[in-house]
Amino acid sequence: MLKDQTAIVGIGQTAFGKGLEDSELSLACQAISMALDECGIAPSEVDGLGSYTMEPGREVDVARNVGLGDITWFSQVGYGGGAGCGVVTQAAMAVATGQAEVAVAWRARKRASKASRPWANVAQRLEDNSQFSRPWGLLRPVDEIAILMRRYMHEFGATRDHLANVALAFRKHANRNPNATMYERTLSREEYMNGRWISEPLCLFDNCLETDGALAVVVVSAERAKDLPQVPAYIHAGAQGIPPQHNTMTNYFNDDPLMGPSWAAAKQLWKYSDFGPGDVKVAQLYDAFSPLIPLSLEGYGFCRRGEGAEFTNDGALEWPNGRLPTNTAGGGMSEAYVHGMNLVLEGVRQIRGTSTSQVEGADVSLVTSGEGVPTSALLLRK
Amino acid sequence: MTDFLLPVDDDELTQPFWEGCARGELLMQRFTASGHYCWPPRPMDPVSRTLDYEWVPMSGKGTVWSVAIPHPPLLPAYSELAPYNVVIVQLEEDPNLRMVGNVVESADAPLNSVEPHSVEIGQAVQAVFSPVGDMFLPRWVRA
Repeated sequence: MLKDQTAIVGIGQTAFGKGLEDSELSLACQAISMALDECGIAPSEVDGLGSYTMEPGREVDVARNVGLGDITWFSQVGYGGGAGCGVVTQAAMAVATGQAEVAVAWRARKRASKASRPWANVAQRLEDNSQFSRPWGLLRPVDEIAILMRRYMHEFGATRDHLANVALAFRKHANRNPNATMYERTLSREEYMNGRWISEPLCLFDNCLETDGALAVVVVSAERAKDLPQVPAYIHAGAQGIPPQHNTMTNYFNDDPLMGPSWAAAKQLWKYSDFGPGDVKVAQLYDAFSPLIPLSLEGYGFCRRGEGAEFTNDGALEWPNGRLPTNTAGGGMSEAYVHGMNLVLEGVRQIRGTSTSQVEGADVSLVTSGEGVPTSALLLRK
Repeated sequence: MTDFLLPVDDDELTQPFWEGCARGELLMQRFTASGHYCWPPRPMDPVSRTLDYEWVPMSGKGTVWSVAIPHPPLLPAYSELAPYNVVIVQLEEDPNLRMVGNVVESADAPLNSVEPHSVEIGQAVQAVFSPVGDMFLPRWVRA
């Protein structure tokens, strides 16, 4: 069992921006280098590398640039933003089973890069499952989620006010985080309601940012973690999930399209955990689009199916008094959208006690990856 | 030929479906052993794990399951017609057969031929087949 055998002991991130000059490879190497320096581990000790299949920088290039030693474990996880917690979980598995002693997981992304936006990379003749949706003008990820959200609103009586709860909570947290893209930009409910449509029922403020940047974490054994300078964030549980008959992003063809991959990942996450949803003090929920928050709240068991929108009322997601402070650095919608790796780092900071919106007594911290795609989750503990 | 996106028309698996559309028939893949319908089509039946299937004509009757209204920025051909509706239609024969499409005024009418906000969940629709480039795409008119 994975439980508490490993810990995240180092984190590193570049500045977030648009149009950064450095390449993804350069950004990745900078973030990894910072993460290693933070925990005092020499590059020559790194023997494990985990990344996303969409990652442009290859292991061999990272290893040559950062000056790594023999790499004995390397692996990539697919499905874009669904990968993040899965990459870290697999790094933990590698360390727990002895396939590596020091594993690094990272993500570097540039918004203008074609590799980062596969949906913009369109051939005239579609060969994959997008041939059953894009010809009719359901073109972008936001359209694919908008059509699910409209159904969700119809079935459960959710409204744009609920989505505004999500956008406003994350923006407030970003306004407290000097590293966040939206640090200096407040958002009111009125501004949200007047936001221009992107794909009805979703407006501009229901969408994540497009960000250049890179982030990395270092995973070692719990034994090794004790001797390192940072407070360890123990990996209590990690999970990946693909439910039956799932279709990535256009998940319309199964029994209940409103029960996404979160439900499958959650089952596995809680199965080997000493904790349940009620023990989670702070959450980082993947927010490429605001509807993913109610769907994830339901999937991970914070409320029942159909209650996720209602859950966001009364400042439930807001620091410091909400029942589940969520995306406390601003998330993908207001801090940075680096395929959720920034959510992993904020989950670690909450355990360390160093968040700019630090939840008091945050001893159990949940991080999730993309909903609507094959996904993953991490449960970190102090 | 067209600036709209089109599916491949020479994939052995999907070719019969598109040929059906060109003839004005909405076909669904039905596996012989189990009688199970699959959409999107696939090589193996997840119920019986067998490979034999046939393409069966549907009534073309369905119900709007959901709708979205995309606004620009979109690919240029679509941007020009935005905002337009995109629907998911549930087929009468099996509610798990959900197809992405558009509600239009008629088979030959453009993507934005109906006021997009007039399209609502639960509306009854009937398949029509719209010429796009060298293919025919199933779209829907209100029944």
